[in-house]
Amino acid sequence: MNEATPIKGDQPDEIDFMELDNIIEMDFNNDPENLIMILQAIQGRYNYLPRPALRYIAEKIDVPLSQIYGVGTFYSTFSLEPRGRNIVSVCLGTACHVRGGERVRERIEESLNLTDGETTDDMRFTFESVRCIGCCSLGPVVKINEDIHGRIGAAEIAETLEKYE
Amino acid sequence: MKIRSIKDLEKTGIEHRKKLYYPDVIKVNIGMASCGIAAGAKASFEKAVTEFHGDNGIQISQTGCLGFCEEEPLVEILGTGKPRVIYRNITEQKIADAIRGYMGRNFNKKWILGQMRDPLCLLENHIDNPVEGVAKLDGIPFLEDIPFYNKQKKIALRNCGYIDPDSVEEYIARLGYFAFLKALNEMTPGEIIEIIKKSGLRGRGGGGFSTGYKWETCAKHEGERYIICNADEGDPGAYMDRSILEGDPHNILEGMLIGALAIGSSRGFIYVRNEYPLAVKRLITAIKEAEKYGLLGDNIAGTNFSFHVKISTGAGAFVCGESTALMASLEGQVGRPRAKYVHTVEKGFRGSPSNLNNVETYANVPAILLKGPEWYAGMGTEQSKGTKVFSLVGKIRNTGLVEVPMGISLREIVFDIGNGIPKKKKFKAVQTGGPSGGCIPEQFLDLRVDFDELTKVGSIMGSGGMIVMDQDTCMVDVARYFLDFLKEESCGQCNPCREGIKRMLEILTDICDGNGKEGDIELLEELSVMIQDFSLCGLGTSAPNPVLTTIRYFRDEYESHIRDKKCPAGVCKALFHYEIDAEACNGCRLCALKCPEEAITGEKKKLHILNQDECIKCGICYEACKFDAIVIR
Ligand SMILES: Cc1cc2nc3c(=O)[nH]c(=O)nc-3n(C[C@H](O)[C@H](O)[C@H](O)COP(=O)(O)O)c2cc1C
Ligand code: FES
Repeated sequence: MNEATPIKGDQPDEIDFMELDNIIEMDFNNDPENLIMILQAIQGRYNYLPRPALRYIAEKIDVPLSQIYGVGTFYSTFSLEPRGRNIVSVCLGTACHVRGGERVRERIEESLNLTDGETTDDMRFTFESVRCIGCCSLGPVVKINEDIHGRIGAAEIAETLEKYE
Repeated sequence: MKIRSIKDLEKTGIEHRKKLYYPDVIKVNIGMASCGIAAGAKASFEKAVTEFHGDNGIQISQTGCLGFCEEEPLVEILGTGKPRVIYRNITEQKIADAIRGYMGRNFNKKWILGQMRDPLCLLENHIDNPVEGVAKLDGIPFLEDIPFYNKQKKIALRNCGYIDPDSVEEYIARLGYFAFLKALNEMTPGEIIEIIKKSGLRGRGGGGFSTGYKWETCAKHEGERYIICNADEGDPGAYMDRSILEGDPHNILEGMLIGALAIGSSRGFIYVRNEYPLAVKRLITAIKEAEKYGLLGDNIAGTNFSFHVKISTGAGAFVCGESTALMASLEGQVGRPRAKYVHTVEKGFRGSPSNLNNVETYANVPAILLKGPEWYAGMGTEQSKGTKVFSLVGKIRNTGLVEVPMGISLREIVFDIGNGIPKKKKFKAVQTGGPSGGCIPEQFLDLRVDFDELTKVGSIMGSGGMIVMDQDTCMVDVARYFLDFLKEESCGQCNPCREGIKRMLEILTDICDGNGKEGDIELLEELSVMIQDFSLCGLGTSAPNPVLTTIRYFRDEYESHIRDKKCPAGVCKALFHYEIDAEACNGCRLCALKCPEEAITGEKKKLHILNQDECIKCGICYEACKFDAIVIR
């Protein structure tokens, strides 16, 4: 993402601060120890971590913004940029790897013309790789949003992706 | 109702044991762990609920995972005086027929995996035998008599698939919380610790440290002490912790309660990885249920012992499974490990004495207290007691979770329980211990699996992932794969790990790309020693293991990559190509139809041609051909 491109959600008026208050105060007691879970809740709501929200959290729970950015960038589930409507995660855990997970990855990358972590221009798909989602018995596994597609072959990728608008 | 004594527990137990084993209705128990759901169990569940809506004679319930993931969705149907039957592969399309068939005594025998009997090893002398009075079905084996189950002994997994994980009553019906109440009412902390020490239980999170000894050390340090459960399960390919949390969450709470009594703690934390939302959901329900019965919270069972449990989730960082990183993450910080001059049992979470154990470790604790340390120590080997759960995955016919006594041979696990390698391929190696472990070749198939034997061959027990590899797995690629994983997951604090792993990965990538040079293997070995010796935490010190074991046992594969520029397994794209074997091809057109690049041409019943310029080596034709006519050259 180009630095100069305005990101949706970068403007404070796009954030519902009342709702943030609810999350930070009611669900997580303004407790800095809950920072990771607060960020998860916010990402659950906005699909990524909007910057004004991070600034707001810093004030609310009295933690330096640098630490919040630290946490937001250290853990792989967090994204500081908007993500697509559908999150396609290919499992590259060992069990999936030996059953052809790499080939599945290549097919997805080719079908969507994306590499790991990227989003299509129309915001339809974000593609990412994960390392084991605990359904190893069904490898290779692709997770699209909440749906787990097990024993998926490279040949079935295009068709499966079609189902997600 | 609040539970105040063993008597209260017994009352609840008897009442629900009846519902569990002698229901007034036909009970349909659907295995609804994540793996089952992914295989279609949720759709089956919903279908059953709508189909039999309003029928008071049928109750549709959920259970955890019985372990035989290959055959999921698994569905058990039972009724008083009727057989207890486990059906396999019961998808949405089959569920209604399976239930109707059962009710009409017209069992679809082809769909039956076996007849259910409880895992007896733990509860046989304690509860009235639930098998009594159950009608038998001729010609259908009991689960424990089929090869997948007959070498297993379920302790940690004793309730997974046998109870509804959201029901504390069903847990109590199977003697849940009895061990805890016994400890609460009758034992001193020292006595509990003594029992755990005597049982020989070693931590199941990877290191294999003595649990009793860890508790004893933690109890000695002053300050507010914490009991923490490591449910980060970062080892890719391992999912036993997930299965226990999803299938038997009260077992973990009870193990932690006993630990809390032993070390003197009133606060517990469970750190669950972000990828396991269902485990979190089931834990939250379990905590509420246990609180309802007064088994968790303030003044438990009317005593002055209080214990509160909080669930925290990770956010996708492998290194957070390491004890000091986990505790930093629990504090809401970046999960970076620290040097352990001072151990976490002395100064851990919030700078206080903290006892961290793995999920499976806690799962064994109530069982040990119930049956006694001698019983537990009677299983396993000299230095590794009890059982271990392994996730048997990869190139294996019967994938699933298996709990076996320590000391069983790899051959028994892979070939008897796992039923060998599919598609008549040849076994190549078993990978254990995840990114910290190694690949064990065929010559060690008779190895007795325990902590020490695995270490002797250069691997480790780890958390119990067992990934089977066949002739189509390239061992150089596997080494490269693990280093790529570790490079991503290294926290970057210390030089040897951050730079060393990166350098090793570059060399391995060169080898896989056909740019390997003489001397690369030796350089890898040299770097390995440096990283092992000088890294800050366990991630770095064990990182070279996958490389070292593959060099040790599969040096010839490295050499053919470097010298002959060939990848014999057909994985490294720069080092092989596919060809069509003129003898074997019968012109069925399947490969040509499936090829996404239209690189294969040929008429029906005539030899096909593969155009090398168009081929992207995606492997689709190789997988598709039923006549082994696509060959790796
Ligand atoms: C890089 C790294 C990752 C680890 N990941 C896990 C894990 O996912 N789960 C776990 O239980 N232990 C993990 N461990 C081991 C823990 O540090 C710790 O030894 C263990 O949780 C202690 O519990 P136990 O004594 O019951 O085994 C990991 C260790 C290292 C160095
Ligand atoms: S390795 Fe892919 S789900 Fe576990």
